[in-house]
Amino acid sequence: MTGRHRIVLTVNGTAQDCEIEARMTLADCLREKLNLTGTHLGCEHGVCGACTVIVDGAAVRSCLMFAVQAEGAEIRTVEGLADGDRLSDLQQAFHDNFALQCGFCTPGFLTTAEAFLTENPSPTRGEVQSAISGNICRCTGYVPIIDAILDTAARRRGDRT
Amino acid sequence: MTAPYIGQSVKRLEDRRLLTGAGRYIDDVKLPFMRVMAIYRSPHAHARIRGIDLAAARALPGVMDAFSAADIDMELPEIPLRLAPFQGFERFLQRPIAQDKVRYVGEPVAVVIAEDRYIAEDALDLIEVDFEPLSAITTIGQAAAGETLIHEDAGENMGTRYTVGRGDADAAFAGAAYTRRERFVTNRHGAVPMETRGLIAEFEPGTPLLRLHGATKVNFFNRRHLAAAFGLPETAVELIETDVGGGFGARGELYPEDYLVPIASRRAGVPVKWIEDRRENLTATNHSRDIICDLEIAATEDGRILAMRGTVQGDMGAYIRTNGGVVPSKAAQFLPGPYRVPAFSCDVQFLITNKTPVGTFRGPGRFEANFCRERLLDMMAADLGIDPADIRLRNLMQPADLPFRIGELVPGDPDATFDRGNYPSALNRLLAEIGYDDWKDRQGAIVDGRAHGLGIACFIESSAAGPPESATITVRADGRVEIRTGASSVGQGTETGLAQICADGLGIDMDAIDVFHGSTTLVETGGGTFHSRNTVMAGNATRIAAETLQRRAVELGALRWNCEPGGLTYGDGGVSRGDEGLSLAELAVFAEARGERLFADASFDNEKKLSYSYGAHAALVAIDVATGMIEVVKYVLTEEIGRALNPAMVQGQAIGGLVQGLGGTFLDHMVYDEDGQLLTGSFADYLLPTSDGLPEITAIALEESPSEFNPMGFKGAGEGGIVAVAAAVGNAVSHALSAHDISITELPITPDRLRRALRAAGA
Repeated sequence: MTGRHRIVLTVNGTAQDCEIEARMTLADCLREKLNLTGTHLGCEHGVCGACTVIVDGAAVRSCLMFAVQAEGAEIRTVEGLADGDRLSDLQQAFHDNFALQCGFCTPGFLTTAEAFLTENPSPTRGEVQSAISGNICRCTGYVPIIDAILDTAARRRGDRT
Repeated sequence: MTAPYIGQSVKRLEDRRLLTGAGRYIDDVKLPFMRVMAIYRSPHAHARIRGIDLAAARALPGVMDAFSAADIDMELPEIPLRLAPFQGFERFLQRPIAQDKVRYVGEPVAVVIAEDRYIAEDALDLIEVDFEPLSAITTIGQAAAGETLIHEDAGENMGTRYTVGRGDADAAFAGAAYTRRERFVTNRHGAVPMETRGLIAEFEPGTPLLRLHGATKVNFFNRRHLAAAFGLPETAVELIETDVGGGFGARGELYPEDYLVPIASRRAGVPVKWIEDRRENLTATNHSRDIICDLEIAATEDGRILAMRGTVQGDMGAYIRTNGGVVPSKAAQFLPGPYRVPAFSCDVQFLITNKTPVGTFRGPGRFEANFCRERLLDMMAADLGIDPADIRLRNLMQPADLPFRIGELVPGDPDATFDRGNYPSALNRLLAEIGYDDWKDRQGAIVDGRAHGLGIACFIESSAAGPPESATITVRADGRVEIRTGASSVGQGTETGLAQICADGLGIDMDAIDVFHGSTTLVETGGGTFHSRNTVMAGNATRIAAETLQRRAVELGALRWNCEPGGLTYGDGGVSRGDEGLSLAELAVFAEARGERLFADASFDNEKKLSYSYGAHAALVAIDVATGMIEVVKYVLTEEIGRALNPAMVQGQAIGGLVQGLGGTFLDHMVYDEDGQLLTGSFADYLLPTSDGLPEITAIALEESPSEFNPMGFKGAGEGGIVAVAAAVGNAVSHALSAHDISITELPITPDRLRRALRAAGA
């Protein structure tokens, strides 16, 4: 249990080297070892989606994945979404639509939506609702989050400027 | 966006840090030498503790310390009552850690301090506790019967009991043409914020100083009691607020952990962090709502209410915590609602059971009361052959009835008065929006194989209870303007709202403003955040501070120019005399040169005069009779809030509250078995609303009736979205299925319960 493993992974474009126990989750590795505390833990049993990060292009619950499984992976967290000081279009749409209140679930929604929009650039409202149905938000009632994701999709397609 | 900011949907100041992962929630705070603690919690609902063996846990490498009540070298304080402190409750207060007995699953028994959480939780598994299980009280009926006592010294399981009322209800019932009595049950559920609770304590005995990070809601109250518990002067206790991942009433009260984490830090001599996990959260953080209400109504043949009477029995859980008797007492107080009810009487009982203690959750007591009353009104309307909207319009208080003294419906609260308003207007607006007249004759209609029903419900909701709130505005020499307030933020956008008010008050750009809130180190005093009071209380305090700062700026301008202040005017962020002007930044520099500061302190006190928001909800449901699946197709609500500071944020409160209310109506349910084990201890079992299956929502904030009790006219806007959801949905489902004699009287409304009832009705 106390055996330690060295892993190398890429997080937000930067190569990282961590020495961790086999049982450490990816979420804890990001938060505790790499000090990327934007990834939040809401339930630690894979239901709430707050800890979602993008692993090799797919939205993954980092509380359900061991860090050692991320050896060699490309990981994108909420900290890697903005371009320097400039919010990403998705982050900006969340801001414009009042799609966050307390903000705790927000990183998980952003990463889930980012991965989803890559897969499905022209979603219907229903498809967006379904795509984020594994993420829990207690403040907003979801409506502005759905609006923000649809806005982003429309902007990316050039339907809206 | 430019001034005036008040009334505009100004984008939130909080968003940037939260969107980029730069927010700082309590688990993101790391201090040098910090250790982590974990809590061994009772696996039994009711048991005597015969012995606790911590030796193996202490011996585990990486563990610094493990302790239980016997190891703590201070008198363990009782967690105080903050609200509704009714006589009798003093027998049922909780101490931070179990001593001889445990009384609910989740009660703290021992604490481990370790290098990290993995090791701390390993150590919990090594703790051996010898329990003698006792029979558990898991229902209100068992508690009232009193065969098993949970607190032996109290001699009963009745926390307290009282009767409140106005007029002669019994006489009104004796002479009434129509009466009906029903029993309603509301489900135990809770706030369940996305961020669980957490604290970091830094206890420096030499200094002495106790710094507690992760505080929120009522920091000054909590500081007073923590200082007393640890024998420190109040000024030696600092409560520091971080970003907060949702409160909804449950977070920020004094809990056992608010004492245990400082005790751990004092023992360890280093900062100690505790982060609640979700299973802990569901058993350790206050539950709410759990009442049984027997309600009876008396009316004339044409449906005019003569009286209501009833019994409210609240399942309070194992201890009375800081929120005292708020839930059942507010349920009783709000039973008559916004209607003319000449006579009312209610027997209110607070029962102690072997469950997690109860506290407030958004709209405490109101959600429950509205469900009971609005369901009963619909039953009465059906009995008398009157349309549900008509029966409400016939009974709602009229503008001429207001202000209305409701009587002492909560002991010790004799002056409660509904302020001015127009309740029928809010209902009429709702009826127009939902197209009610088109709907009247379609109740129960089968469309595409599903039974449709429309339910409506009215509500009234108090906001902005005392104490006063503080705000200080300071202009820095670099031109930045700081607001400091005793109000907390639990994620609802307080920083943005106060900055809007300050910017308009000083004629400056919002971007020049920084808002600091909550922490006891920032201000001398503060009332805190609850009861939808931030915009009303901190908002008006900010407004007063801005006005005072304007006067101070003029005084400084007069000194600077060596003239009488009478010839100077304040405007656009500075003071002017003819063509000459001095900006706030220049005045701040001038003040600094004089050894002074350009600042203004203010406090706002509404002298406990509450503003009542009110409104109506409508739900349109479609039910598959074969499966019991319910879809809420459309939902409309109106809410009179006096004045909207930020319409988009008001909308966010209404929709967020409404969706939370749909959870409370259909999903959220703390289910206990007969041994007092919580069966819904994870998010796999405790269900919350998700993004699929949302109705089409219209939330209309009305600004027809500004509050008379604060200069800015605000009424609370945080709870109107949730309080009438179960009421409107319960009515809608009952209308949809009236052909099958289905009448909803119990929450949550689930497909399996509905199918059972339909099957019994032969459907």
